Amino acid sequence: MSESPFDIVVIGSGPGGYVAAIRAAQLGLSAAVVERENLGGICLNWGCIPTKALLRSAEIYRYMQHAESYGLSAGAVGFDLGKIVARSRAVANQLSAGIKHLLKKNKVSLFDGSGSLNGPGKVKVVKDGKAVADLAASHIILATGARARSLPGLEADGKLVWTYRDALVPNTMPKRLLVVGSGAIGIEFASFFNALGSEVTVVEVLDRVLPVEDQEISALARKSFEKQGMKILTGASVSRLKKSAESVAVTVESGGKSQEIIVDRVILAVGIVGNIENIGLEGTKIKTDKTHVLVNPWLETGEPGVYAIGDLVGPPWLAHKASHEAIICVEKIKGLPHVHPLDLRNIPGCTYCHPQVASVGLTEKQAVELGFLVKVGHFPFIGNGKAIALGETEGMIKTVFDARTGELLGAHMIGAEVTELIQGFMVAKTLETTEVELIDSIFPHPTLSEMMHESVLDAYGRAIHF
Amino acid sequence: MPIQVLMPALSPTMTEGNLAKWLKKEGDVIKSGDLIAEIETDKATMEFEAVEEGILGRILVPGGSQGVAVNQPIALMLAEGEDKAALDHLPAAVPAAAAPEKLTAAAAPAAPPPSSPAPAATAGGRIFATPLAKRIAKENGVDLRTVSGSGPHGRIVKADIEAASAAPSTALPAAAARPAPPAAPASGTYTEVPLTAMRKVIARRLTEAKQTVPHFYLTVDYKLDKLLALRSELNQRGDGVKLSVNDFIIRAVALGLRKVPAANASFSETAIRLYDEVDISVAVATPAGLLTPIIRHADQKGLAAISSEMKALAAKAKDGKLKPEEFQGGGFSISNLGMYGIKDFAAIINPPQGCILAVGAGEQRPVVIDGALAIATVMSCTLSVDHRVVDGAIGAEFLAALRGLIEDPLTMLL
Repeated sequence: MSESPFDIVVIGSGPGGYVAAIRAAQLGLSAAVVERENLGGICLNWGCIPTKALLRSAEIYRYMQHAESYGLSAGAVGFDLGKIVARSRAVANQLSAGIKHLLKKNKVSLFDGSGSLNGPGKVKVVKDGKAVADLAASHIILATGARARSLPGLEADGKLVWTYRDALVPNTMPKRLLVVGSGAIGIEFASFFNALGSEVTVVEVLDRVLPVEDQEISALARKSFEKQGMKILTGASVSRLKKSAESVAVTVESGGKSQEIIVDRVILAVGIVGNIENIGLEGTKIKTDKTHVLVNPWLETGEPGVYAIGDLVGPPWLAHKASHEAIICVEKIKGLPHVHPLDLRNIPGCTYCHPQVASVGLTEKQAVELGFLVKVGHFPFIGNGKAIALGETEGMIKTVFDARTGELLGAHMIGAEVTELIQGFMVAKTLETTEVELIDSIFPHPTLSEMMHESVLDAYGRAIHF
Repeated sequence: MPIQVLMPALSPTMTEGNLAKWLKKEGDVIKSGDLIAEIETDKATMEFEAVEEGILGRILVPGGSQGVAVNQPIALMLAEGEDKAALDHLPAAVPAAAAPEKLTAAAAPAAPPPSSPAPAATAGGRIFATPLAKRIAKENGVDLRTVSGSGPHGRIVKADIEAASAAPSTALPAAAARPAPPAAPASGTYTEVPLTAMRKVIARRLTEAKQTVPHFYLTVDYKLDKLLALRSELNQRGDGVKLSVNDFIIRAVALGLRKVPAANASFSETAIRLYDEVDISVAVATPAGLLTPIIRHADQKGLAAISSEMKALAAKAKDGKLKPEEFQGGGFSISNLGMYGIKDFAAIINPPQGCILAVGAGEQRPVVIDGALAIATVMSCTLSVDHRVVDGAIGAEFLAALRGLIEDPLTMLL
């Protein structure tokens, strides 16, 4: 039962954990992963990937409904929720199997069970209440992720009140749906069910939807969502859920007034909490803050030889942030030169609602509040030839520059395919380009990416097509 | 006989460069002025113009080569009508160290490269820095060569410049965490004079010379009475020529180097360069710093010519109007502080040159002549020598030759 010691044991196989193990293997370290459930973690199985599969169905459905505007006839357009969900699950399973293959290819040992710290340099693996392995490791990386947060009195029941997990495998199309929380998760589900015909109400406690985005983007998103038929209640909170057999009476407080909204299902998307329980933190020097493990910039916890990455250590709760932390953590363990701590201003965020939203860096407001003198550029989709040809004229690309140095402080996009466009600005930011290199770059015509160029040009008063 | 095309020095600080790309191929007819190759220097990529006409016979250093030494043969050109077979009479690739090279005056060794404290981002002289880092460096007056990069492959990034300038570009929260600049000394006030580019070059070059060149020093006393008498006689001839002692010393050094050519030499990593020409660098103090304009072919010039040329060069140096070719190169340096009453000093070698002669004041001193005390005008000179280039005996031989010329100055007029 006792295994030979590993250089690195990772608890959790999500986009933080499996990337850490593969990178370790690449660097010649012996690595093991302990996973209690699905390889690939939430991202692959219950998050990023299956939601993208659902939203793809919604997108094609939307196109089919508008076939006529492209000169096409599609006859009677309909959908089968069960098949949509089945496709989503198949996609998730395919990728999860892919992770298994990747770990094997990299000679990463895999342990099926729940891992927990068991004294210095030791990890205990338990499956179905039985200890199945004791691992020894020079370095242990905690990558146990997070789960949906529930508010007191607003607990999910999996039947009428869903978390993202339930919403990913709906057994019924709710005619009336209320989504609590307008972050990425809430808005993506709102967008999906709205596209398939639910009457969707979104309740957001802050004063705008997608509150981490630039204010102009939030405003455009809200306008578009409302045009699509969503009801948006901002500055509002849910105080009470009164469940009936097949419906829920939701009490929504807003501006000192309360109203009751009757819906068939509720989705709770009010943030997440870190999975800090049952991983053996007790008795160690590891410090936590609420449900997150505290780490230094090199992802080291207070306990020597124990590290933590990903959702477990706090926001932003993004797969690519977890993966990047995994790389930093492992390369630092290996002692590679030129390893840099994570730059929180350089993490892109994407929301796959309709229209899509993508951004990186500072919003205009944040930049101004930090004391930057800014130059701001905008370019609307309506000014772009490719967007018009695609029939996707809704949206805008906004860029924020430091007027003094030409540094691209932030980029904010809403509209078709912007989640695929944002990487261009990421490369630019990582390479520390200024407006000059962006202006000097030749963007292919006709593409949506030309709007990125035009937005930069606009920040410097030089937009050609608007 | 095929003509060797040598790696050009495209900037005063260039000692080697990258041969980025050939713009002509073997067999191409080359006209004077044709662009034949792209050379990357520490400053930029430049196009290399052909001087000679002919046919590009053979490329010795392929495109994409890095760290090609200045004056290393990079190609062979055939004169019109010359048989291609002539190429085979030469070694296919001539290593720079293989044989003493014959260099033309124009290809005289360039000044040494700037060496910086921790130029992690330099490879082949090029500095890798992000565009943003470059811009912030420029705004804050940070010399990129003084910054070590923390980015990929040592690339200089914004954070490195901010750390170097200790002046955050904006009111970033991160700025709070930056260590405070060192506190001013508790007592005394001072004025900080920012380093000019020239001052930085001087600092770098002299530090490099003193730290890397194995100096040794030879000090001699020369009796100056005859030289002073001759000078006085020549200056009284009324033809407007006013010769200085220094003019005599330049002339004497030039002739001395003709007699001991081994002292007219410089060091490179692969070879000792023995110069065919006698080009003497003469240190001139200017408000901006020390410059060393060159009296070229000093051995072929008379005292009057040297004198008037030196006056013109010194004036230009003080006005900052020297052209690069007037102060770059040279095979031997003279530094004279005699006019300030300095008795004797040891100068720092002006690399890559092998020697520098420090000249003190001519002053009356008691001397022993034929067993009796006498008074003579004596000038102490100290030769600083790079032991890698010139050994003690050769240095002494040169100083002896110089004695013959200075103490019997009529021989200088021959």
